[in-house]
Amino acid sequence: MKLKGKVFKYGDNVDTDVIIPARYLNSSDPANLAAHCMEDIDENFAEEVTDGDIIVGGKNFGSGSSREHAPLAIKYAGVSCVIAESFARIFYRNSINIGLPILESPEAVKAAEAGDELEVDIDQGEIKNMRTGETYQAEPFPPFMQEIIKDGGLIEHVKKELV
Amino acid sequence: MGMTMIEKILAAHSDRDELKPGEIVNARVDMVLGNDITTPVAVKEFEKIGVDKVFDKDRIAIVPDHFTPNKDIKAAEQVNMIRKFAKKYEITNFFEVGQMGIEHVLLPEKGLTLPGEIIIGADSHTCTYGALGALGTGVGSTDMAAAMATGKAWFKVPPTIKIIYKGELKPHVSGKDLILYTIGKIGVDGALYKAMEFTGEAIENLSMDGRMTMSNMAIEAGGKAGLIAADEKTEAYLKDKAQRDYTVLNADPDAEYEKVIEIDVSQITPQIAFPSLPENTKGLDEIEEKIEIQQAVIGSCTNGRLEDLRVAAEILKGHTVNENVRCLVFPGTQKIYKQAMNEGLFDIFIDAGVAVSTPTCGPCLGGHMGILAEGEKAISTTNRNFVGRMGSTKSEVYLASPAVAAASAIKGYIAGPEEVK
Repeated sequence: MKLKGKVFKYGDNVDTDVIIPARYLNSSDPANLAAHCMEDIDENFAEEVTDGDIIVGGKNFGSGSSREHAPLAIKYAGVSCVIAESFARIFYRNSINIGLPILESPEAVKAAEAGDELEVDIDQGEIKNMRTGETYQAEPFPPFMQEIIKDGGLIEHVKKELV
Repeated sequence: MGMTMIEKILAAHSDRDELKPGEIVNARVDMVLGNDITTPVAVKEFEKIGVDKVFDKDRIAIVPDHFTPNKDIKAAEQVNMIRKFAKKYEITNFFEVGQMGIEHVLLPEKGLTLPGEIIIGADSHTCTYGALGALGTGVGSTDMAAAMATGKAWFKVPPTIKIIYKGELKPHVSGKDLILYTIGKIGVDGALYKAMEFTGEAIENLSMDGRMTMSNMAIEAGGKAGLIAADEKTEAYLKDKAQRDYTVLNADPDAEYEKVIEIDVSQITPQIAFPSLPENTKGLDEIEEKIEIQQAVIGSCTNGRLEDLRVAAEILKGHTVNENVRCLVFPGTQKIYKQAMNEGLFDIFIDAGVAVSTPTCGPCLGGHMGILAEGEKAISTTNRNFVGRMGSTKSEVYLASPAVAAASAIKGYIAGPEEVK
């Protein structure tokens, strides 16, 4: 799967409270989550983001609460992929489980600036920065997780297993 | 080769004799947990799987504790949805308001989280059960849905950091101070993709309530789990509670750790985590400025247990809350509420001008029952001080122990118990 999008860049420890504040968790409606995505760290995100755009974060992206509403909000907002130096573990597994592509690459993160255009090959873990022309290699997923991703998320994976 | 606690517990639940960090296993789980925010998403996902029953109706717990008693219509609809789900699938452990408590205080009290077990919860503070020698770990709603159908979850075996707490605690220093100090030392991603084992004489001497406070905040260092070996205190705690037989699975003496950290607890003073990360800790003695507060919150899955309320009451006794402060107490469960009331703690609180609430997660996550306005500061015994956590993005949360929160409520600024005479 190949993706192309514009970068929204944030720092370290972007927590799930700023990705989707708790005051909006009284509903899991996709439109509600997308409308308030990143609101407490970037007020204009929901307005400015367009389909396919890419979130780039620093260390420990998605830390804090287990709310799956956080990766869901990002996905529903139209974001195609999140690239970070590292992910908090619950956010990491939630993203795999719901089929939000994520990649870990400290080098790609350091080089990326807000507004850069990136081309990402999810299967190969390749990230190309169109401004600099540089290509970066992300950590590949272990085979077990690749299987979940290929099946389209954990639910589809489990369905296959139960049959 | 010996195994760490988490290796041993995961091996026992995946029919393996041995496990090493990095391996991925599909393990049986003993308990699956969700709350009123995460369960609605899990129910939708569960229905997509297309099974007509849950894997075990006695091994699922649904606790509407976050936005309850229902804070608004949408919250009420969410609880209604999970209530119907619980009825339809005959879930034994659905806890209605009136029976309900804050999930991580309630489940151990009900004897539903036992040594050697795996408990996954669609709530990040599921790591609390590490204090009972169980692998408790937070997952998302989809994991919860899959586990409700299959009774299993996938885990990558993490390396373990062993932390040895030596020496004796100073007066008014608690489990909360130890865990805040630890997070300050290793950072909010210091245990990312890793488990921690809390060991040493200071842990052995800690009460079960204090141990649960420590394990509860393992996630605040990014940890998958914060495990404490089950001992005679654990057994005594579980004596009339345990709802199932269990096997203690403590670490082998020759287990391999990624890192061993030693901490001399006799040097630790009450700790405060400054906004907006739990790692921004300072000892109370290192704070020079006067930090005025407008709210003091005592409670939550971190510090809403009986011992916490007793400590707060002892400090508040005979005092009144500062005129510029709202002090809120949230007992963790109905049982704790009743015990605290019978012990006369509520008389102390109410005479001091404290508002006592029914159990709820409410203010901890800026849900309801104590939201902060722009420019306000709170001292709180909860677990997170992120931007906007308790209300306005321009409000601030300082994390501390019940002793410090109670003393600060009296003084009107962040203060230690010694300053209240």
